[in-house]
Amino acid sequence: MKVGVLALQGDVREHVSSLIACGVDPISVRRIEELNSIDALVIPGGESTTIAQLAEHYELFQPIRKRIADGMPAYGSCAGMILLADRILDAIEGQKTFGGLDITVRRNAFGRQVDSFESDIDFNDGGSQKVHAVFIRAPWVEEIGKNVKVLATVISPDGQSHPVAVQEGNLLATSFHPELTGDHRIHRYFIEEIARPALVRGGRR
Amino acid sequence: MSQVTGTGRVKRGMAEMLKGGVIMDVVNAEQAKIAEDAGAVAVMALERVPADIRAQGGVARMSDPDMIEKIQAAVSIPVMAKARIGHFVEARILESLGVDYIDESEVLTPADYENHIDKWDFKVPFVCGATNLGEALRRINEGAAMIRSKGEAGTGDVSNAMQHMRKIGGEIRRLSSMREDELYVAAKEMQAPFELVKEVAANGKLPVVLFTAGGIATPADAALMMSMGADGVFIGSGIFKSGNPAQRAAACVKATTFFDDAKVLAQVSRGLGDAMVGINVADLPAPHRLAERGW
Repeated sequence: MKVGVLALQGDVREHVSSLIACGVDPISVRRIEELNSIDALVIPGGESTTIAQLAEHYELFQPIRKRIADGMPAYGSCAGMILLADRILDAIEGQKTFGGLDITVRRNAFGRQVDSFESDIDFNDGGSQKVHAVFIRAPWVEEIGKNVKVLATVISPDGQSHPVAVQEGNLLATSFHPELTGDHRIHRYFIEEIARPALVRGGRR
Repeated sequence: MSQVTGTGRVKRGMAEMLKGGVIMDVVNAEQAKIAEDAGAVAVMALERVPADIRAQGGVARMSDPDMIEKIQAAVSIPVMAKARIGHFVEARILESLGVDYIDESEVLTPADYENHIDKWDFKVPFVCGATNLGEALRRINEGAAMIRSKGEAGTGDVSNAMQHMRKIGGEIRRLSSMREDELYVAAKEMQAPFELVKEVAANGKLPVVLFTAGGIATPADAALMMSMGADGVFIGSGIFKSGNPAQRAAACVKATTFFDDAKVLAQVSRGLGDAMVGINVADLPAPHRLAERGW
């Protein structure tokens, strides 16, 4: 199985390290040939506006959109969650996403950098241990479609509960950054529970 | 479920998200919008770009909060702002405005010629300039969550940025090749805390993100700095003092991502119009050199 990390901008190196720790040998994806060679894609944290802009200019935007629509497993953290969402709020005019996840995501929902935080949260992958989650100018999920599974939630300062980790089919997204903590549980979940089974079902390994 | 803000990890992590990106100096909401549309990862809000500070002289200070708030309202990407070296009250004001990063910057006139701001005492993260590894580690010791190499801001001359990136990189490589018992003297010589020196020697890199700044005016300059190991670039006067800011801004963003692809660089360097005029650093009398501020 060949896993790529979208390497247009953001914390690519940290995702690469996390994936290596999960026993895969990831490649950086900046070009169409690299995209065509991979079985699964990780979209890193960064600025969603910058990543979308660069993808569009280098003719990766539509091909990534199409591969995701055709079932390529993908995981996005923070900006990656925004890019996987079908609908976004507080976006800049004309901001596009790769889409695929039937969710509405609010950008910078938790506030500015002074509101960025760390917290131990439950992650519903069957494990009992909490996940230490790092939220940086993070988005949250405002609405979910009927086939979307919520894997983690966080209570915002106004007392409301918001999904911060969701899955629909082969797509996984988190508002937080597991790549920054050295705990590889989320990456392992993506590789072992989503990407590998999907490839086996699809006849590829 | 407790939520903790202002931790070292969220401060340093914020800078990790900017990697591979370009942070652009802007003086109003309109420029900020152009920068965001061109793909900037963040903007630096300031009243005068370094080229104008240089031309007009006088004391350069923190920007008007009104102007910073207008820029915050105009864009969705992070907004940074500059405080004078050692001016912890300017920093408090910027923090209260909710700026995403404070640059304790030598481009402004220093408020304290001995001490920098105690940056651990703030929830908002700080970026600081450095001309060498010792200076970078002293700033990190004071709580800086991101470092940028200093260049000679407002000149369009990349030679100082180059010199400082080579210096920082060279000193890191030298530490990595040392025996552990030699690190004590190395720490003493570079006037940096031993624990940080040891960490750099073990990891072969700074414990925080390293950007570069000062004198970067073209896509090729940005790519040069990335090739020297910068995690990203600050572009100050280079964009909005040029003939065609929107196109030059977008070109610098692409050059930063594809810094190792000469074909892309050739393509984005075409037809950009006039670059900023520029000043040779060698022609600047020493008292007007900004990079020498800070210690």
